[in-house]
Amino acid sequence: MTALTLTQICKSFGPVDVLKNIDLSVEEGEFVVFVGPSGCGKSTLLRVIAGLEDATSGEVRIGGQRVNTTPPAKRGIAMVFQSYALYPHLTVRGNMALALKQEGQSRATIDARIAEASRMLNLEPYLDRRPSELSGGQRQRVAIGRAIVRQPQLFLFDEPLSNLDAALRINTRLEIANLHRTLKGAMIYVTHDQTEAMTLADKIVVLRDGRVEQVGSPMDLYNNPANRFVAGFLGAPAMNFIDAATVGGPAGHSLGIRPEHLHIGADGPLSGQVTHVERLGGDTNVFVEAGTDQPLTIRLFGQHDIAIGSSIGLGYDPRQALLFDAEGQRRPH
Amino acid sequence: MNIARHSRLNTLAMHGALIVYTLIALFPVFVILINSFKSRRAIFREPLALPDAESFSMIGYQTVMKQGDFLLYFQNSLIVTVVSLFFVLLFGAMAAFALSEYRFRGNTLMGLYLALGIMIPIRIGTVAILDMMVATGLVNTLWALILVYTAQGLPLAVFILTEFMRQVSDDLKNAGRIDGLSEFTIFFRLVLPLVRPAMATVAVFNMIPIWNDLWFPLILAPAEATKTLTLGSQVFIGQFVTDWNAVLSALSLAILPVLVLYVIFSRQLIRGITSGAVK
Ligand SMILES: Nc1ncnc2c1ncn2[C@@H]1O[C@H](COP(=O)(O)OP(=O)(O)OP(=O)(O)O)[C@@H](O)[C@H]1O
Ligand SMILES: [Mg+2]
Repeated sequence: MTALTLTQICKSFGPVDVLKNIDLSVEEGEFVVFVGPSGCGKSTLLRVIAGLEDATSGEVRIGGQRVNTTPPAKRGIAMVFQSYALYPHLTVRGNMALALKQEGQSRATIDARIAEASRMLNLEPYLDRRPSELSGGQRQRVAIGRAIVRQPQLFLFDEPLSNLDAALRINTRLEIANLHRTLKGAMIYVTHDQTEAMTLADKIVVLRDGRVEQVGSPMDLYNNPANRFVAGFLGAPAMNFIDAATVGGPAGHSLGIRPEHLHIGADGPLSGQVTHVERLGGDTNVFVEAGTDQPLTIRLFGQHDIAIGSSIGLGYDPRQALLFDAEGQRRPH
Repeated sequence: MNIARHSRLNTLAMHGALIVYTLIALFPVFVILINSFKSRRAIFREPLALPDAESFSMIGYQTVMKQGDFLLYFQNSLIVTVVSLFFVLLFGAMAAFALSEYRFRGNTLMGLYLALGIMIPIRIGTVAILDMMVATGLVNTLWALILVYTAQGLPLAVFILTEFMRQVSDDLKNAGRIDGLSEFTIFFRLVLPLVRPAMATVAVFNMIPIWNDLWFPLILAPAEATKTLTLGSQVFIGQFVTDWNAVLSALSLAILPVLVLYVIFSRQLIRGITSGAVK
């Protein structure tokens, strides 16, 4: 059974169309990540699914039921917010218990579920503290705990990790991945962060300007982007684009080459001057001014001694390059 | 206080300034208090002297207690003030919540309309208000005063509280909705506690004018049974002779309840700590 089906969802705020004809389905137990530039409507879409905003038109089905007119609490969802949104006047236990009390669960059920969630999230020592007495990472875990105890069919996460520092973000990311394996519910996760999207997702949905640009598995999107936008959006450092005509391709088209697919060699069709080198230990990123719109980025594995200002030639395997037409659509070549 | 960020000198200067200001602010109250315990002659001879064995006199307080039903006036003032404040805060907060939280046609217009009342003094409508009160038979009841003061306080309350409620995190309210809380619970349990400092501000702003008002009690409820303290005290102020002992004693007594209310609200003012709710 599908956990969520969206059919032709549109959402306008007055004259502004924020979501345009979104079709999407999420299978049971699937981990779906929404990515896209800021302001493209990710949060709005999540809020429409949650029932916090009404869709202007279109249909939302959760677990096969049409829920367009169902209030958020009855949709079988739970949501984790970027700003934690914990109830300041309740303890950690109270925060987790509130929704269950509202559902009219028995004391025993509530206690059992809280015990289980707090064990999973290592929150046992903090159950009687208030949110103001917790660190940022602990607060985010409480927010996740508050979602878990409800045992929803669908978890919604809106950039849950963006307030955490880098190390904590990696830890919590692993925790979420583990939770997803343990829990049965499907998850929808909004993020800005490429790494989160690539590492967590079963399926990535790339949004732009309120439209779905492409849906697919992370590797699918990485290797076979449907258009130039998706190709440029996924992958860090970003894909290089060069005018196809300069390397003997059709005029007006552009050629996309991933930084790791470029290699240094005097025989290559491209050449230029090194302007900057980033040494990351494991990788080395080299930036080259080669007369293209943007400087080219080359990603080399391992450590390399390359002097800034030196001239180098660049080559690539044509089979790994992607061709895009003037509208940015992918073309076979 | 953080030692690293505050030099000794700064702290001294700051406290010095605050102490001077406190002294200036408290001076009139102090003069009223000491003189209320002095005989009439002592008040005029040495207004700034403390009462001593010779000049000490409770004559003012005795006059106040004998004259009319002062306890009743007290009670009336207190009822009118507290009930009016309650309604101002309740309805003001509810209107502010609706204006800040819900998108509906005419939202901005409604906000402006409500704010207009800040600029137009309610006393302009006194005649019309009196007409209405006569028509509804509310003249000489405390309800007449309560209704007028509630109307008088609402514009500023709505204006201030709307601004504050806009700042309450949307995520928090949405979390409540997803957890199945009703809009009423969200309003009373989540939003109101977070805007408590603003509520206290509104309460303090409204409390003093209501407590001290002479105009409406005189016009709408001058009967003996509904006299407020301010109105009741007027008997001591004559056109030719003023019983200063009684006036000062009445004033001293009138300070007390306001002081109590203020202490209650100011604690809320200080306590409005929301850290931990959102990042
Ligand atoms: N209540 C609203 N009224 C009017 N416009 C809105 C409202 N909420 C969102 N928008 C607009 O909808 C668009 C999408 O907003 P949304 O918050 O969904 O973006 P997002 O993809 O989540 O961005 P970010 O990554 O920055 O969080 C934005 O252009 C925003 O200005
Ligand atoms: Mg967002």
